[in-house]
Amino acid sequence: MASDSIALNLVDHGARPIGDRLHDWIVTVDHKKLGILYILYGLIFLVIGGIEALIMRIQLIVPHNHFVSPEVFNRMFTMHGTTMIFFVAMPILFGFGTYLIPLMIGTRDMAFPRLNAFSFWLTAFGGLLLYYSFIGGSGLYGAGEAPDVGWFAYAPLTARAFSPGHSTDFWTLGLLVSGFGSIGTAVNFITTILCMRCPGMTLGKMPLLAWLNLIMGGMVILAISPLTAAQTMLSIDRYLGGHFFDAQAGGSAVLWMHFFWIFGHPEVYILVVPAFAFASEIIPVFSRKPIFGYPVMVGATVGIGFISFSVWAHHMFTVGMSSYGNTFFTVTTMAIAVPTGIKIFNWVGTMWGGKLQLKAPMLFCIGFLFQFLIAGLTGIMLGASPFDWQLSNSYFVVAHFHYVIVGGILFTIFAAFYYWFPKMSGRMYSETLAKWHFWLFLIGFHLTFDFMHIPGMLGMPRRIYTYEPGRGWEIWNLIVTIGMFFQIAGVIAFAFNLLWSAFKGAPAGNDPWDAWTLEWSTTSPPQEYDFAKVPVVRSRRPLWDLKHPEDPDWKYDQ
Amino acid sequence: MKKSYRGKITGPVAGIFALPAAVLIAASTCLASIGPAIPNIFKPESTPADSIYRLSLLVLSVTGAIFVIVFSLIAYAVVKFRGRSADGPEPPQVYGSNQIETAWTVIPILTVLILFTATARVIHAIQDARKPAGAIEVTAIGHQFWWEFRYPALGVVTANELHVPVSDPAHPSPTFLTLMSADTDHSFWVPRLAGKTDLIPNRINKMWIDPHEVGVYVGQCAQYCGLQHAKMLLRVYVDSPEQFAQWIQQEKMPAQTTDAANEGRRIFETTACINCHTVSGTVADGRFGPDLTHLMSRETIASGAAPNTPENLKTWIQDPDAIKPGSLMPAMKLTDHDLDALTAYLETLR
Repeated sequence: MASDSIALNLVDHGARPIGDRLHDWIVTVDHKKLGILYILYGLIFLVIGGIEALIMRIQLIVPHNHFVSPEVFNRMFTMHGTTMIFFVAMPILFGFGTYLIPLMIGTRDMAFPRLNAFSFWLTAFGGLLLYYSFIGGSGLYGAGEAPDVGWFAYAPLTARAFSPGHSTDFWTLGLLVSGFGSIGTAVNFITTILCMRCPGMTLGKMPLLAWLNLIMGGMVILAISPLTAAQTMLSIDRYLGGHFFDAQAGGSAVLWMHFFWIFGHPEVYILVVPAFAFASEIIPVFSRKPIFGYPVMVGATVGIGFISFSVWAHHMFTVGMSSYGNTFFTVTTMAIAVPTGIKIFNWVGTMWGGKLQLKAPMLFCIGFLFQFLIAGLTGIMLGASPFDWQLSNSYFVVAHFHYVIVGGILFTIFAAFYYWFPKMSGRMYSETLAKWHFWLFLIGFHLTFDFMHIPGMLGMPRRIYTYEPGRGWEIWNLIVTIGMFFQIAGVIAFAFNLLWSAFKGAPAGNDPWDAWTLEWSTTSPPQEYDFAKVPVVRSRRPLWDLKHPEDPDWKYDQ
Repeated sequence: MKKSYRGKITGPVAGIFALPAAVLIAASTCLASIGPAIPNIFKPESTPADSIYRLSLLVLSVTGAIFVIVFSLIAYAVVKFRGRSADGPEPPQVYGSNQIETAWTVIPILTVLILFTATARVIHAIQDARKPAGAIEVTAIGHQFWWEFRYPALGVVTANELHVPVSDPAHPSPTFLTLMSADTDHSFWVPRLAGKTDLIPNRINKMWIDPHEVGVYVGQCAQYCGLQHAKMLLRVYVDSPEQFAQWIQQEKMPAQTTDAANEGRRIFETTACINCHTVSGTVADGRFGPDLTHLMSRETIASGAAPNTPENLKTWIQDPDAIKPGSLMPAMKLTDHDLDALTAYLETLR
């Protein structure tokens, strides 16, 4: 449990020229640097994806608006969805995992450091390849550059008959390349967590973050593979005369849907399980209590992992499956609400009887709990397949999944930023600015995504660049767009806070939150070797044991 | 110090409460003041939409109850257990409770079972409904970016505006739709009549409606089908049995044209128009675009994108992009004289 540094400090970073230091970042295999690279990369794409969303919302602020052409609008929703899932959410979540897992399980790096770097650069180049389409591609007739087939790229719109240029190929290859990166990272997570834990850390004594990332890693390997296969088949269709998805030649458009969604639905959980991991670390520390029902939390997540592979066709309730098919996917979809509900109850159980410290990380986690509850309930509505026949592909669905991804995942990502920022930078952020960020973003989020449900129930489909007046949609679209500006204001407060604090913040010290997991036992930021001495643990909360020798966790059979 | 801290926290918590309340109030006013033109899923006028509406009421009340309970728990925990200061002793360290875990596992499972049973009944009732003897059969074919409607038993072909008879519950005359696509995926969605069903190439899908009230019901394509997905609008005219019989009678007739329109007819039949459009009883038998035999019996053109007026027809022929950018109808670039003559001919197609 030593927090002292060891006399192995070979280089003095401050004295080296900037070119050398940049070179260090490019060739690094250090999990902390790669984690930060992942996170910064995701943040840059968050801004790009946000601008794309803003363009769409300005276009939809009034009916028959002419802010952008239909061509541009179609590119915007395709690129927004693809970017936010593959090049924002995944890199940021992988980045935190890469940074935190070795520190939290008491080891000095990932199992395969070079694979770690390779995976990051694959993801990075995948994103660049996708965005190169703005320069190098061309899409639907007259449509020009970037992909414009929707982020789930339904066949046969992706066939060369309908998408003759190269924009769809940029989409295919970009995701193919970054998909290999994701698989590499998943392999690394699993191996590191299974093989590199410090002495004393049995699986049952791992922090929940490690457990949940282990489960996420397994899901990535199972889910990305069908996506990779589908992208390969699509390329064969487009260039080698294949007919997998070519309906004119006897292929099946529905086959693509199955391939895409057997990836696509687990993908939602690939994103949300690491978000759960953040909440499971932050809520206990700011409630001053251990997580309630640790084994149940692990079991529920394993349950979610398994069930999430049996629900994919709930994205396809309207494609004309038999009543038995629809019934089956209704029951699996509703079943997944049970372990998810258990997790929410356990977080509330953790807060119950605690001493809540309402700092920024905790505020974002409370927002997450509240919003994820609503996202789950609208998910049950969509899982009831006849109700889905009305709601599917409407703005209700758009509101629902943004509730999951923004209200759930992004809120916990913000929580994670504030919680681990002192560890990564060695400095404290400004709590006042963080509170501004929280309230502005909360108000913006609810203005945008609460009211977005309503036009969906009034028959407004998604992916339309304009709409008819007089259908009762105008006022809701106006409110939704206004909400976006509050969100932007919140994100500006966030960006300014991190930038300013990274240079000017007060020194954080090793353990600013009086927390209990191993990353807080080492320096902030940690040395390259993470730990001077590899720690030995006897319970799930090694630092609690250290701080409370009179009442250590290991005395209790947990 | 303590007191002000407390006040500061309670305000925001009340704010969290106010937000969903405001949404609920806004939603209910919106749903109460709804006109017939609004394709509201909560104003069903046909059995499939009505069954879904009833199911949705059950789902909404169950999920609403869960929301109220869990939200209150979270809010209570935040308000009650917020720490006044980081100092002082740590709270009791509780690791879990098997009894509580069992309770909040079993109760959700029972809730899911109830919802699932109710849902399965509705799936079966809608999808496996028998076709009665008096049913009207329509084949709907999705095109980029318009709808083709064929009544095989009645010998009628039309576009974009579907006519069906009102269905009297005592003597039901529902309409059974066979859904197909000529190109990409589309989805048939008229919210007040039924949930949506996709039109997918190389696949045959089915759905049915039995509207209870005469009137016009609007909807639109609900599956992204390409550049002009947004203006692939859809109108369903529910006619009284007499009106419907009269409409069928009218639509079955070949095109009736007058001598005065002969010049326009000649232009139509000697330009590219006939490659894509049919006017029955003439040489025009293209199938790529809408059947124009009874064009003037329709209230809109360009799949609902514009009212069917002579002015709009002229604009549409000369520059379709002005109404619907990316439409597959080419700009015909006629002289003013030819355009007037052609429009005069089209206006005789009643």
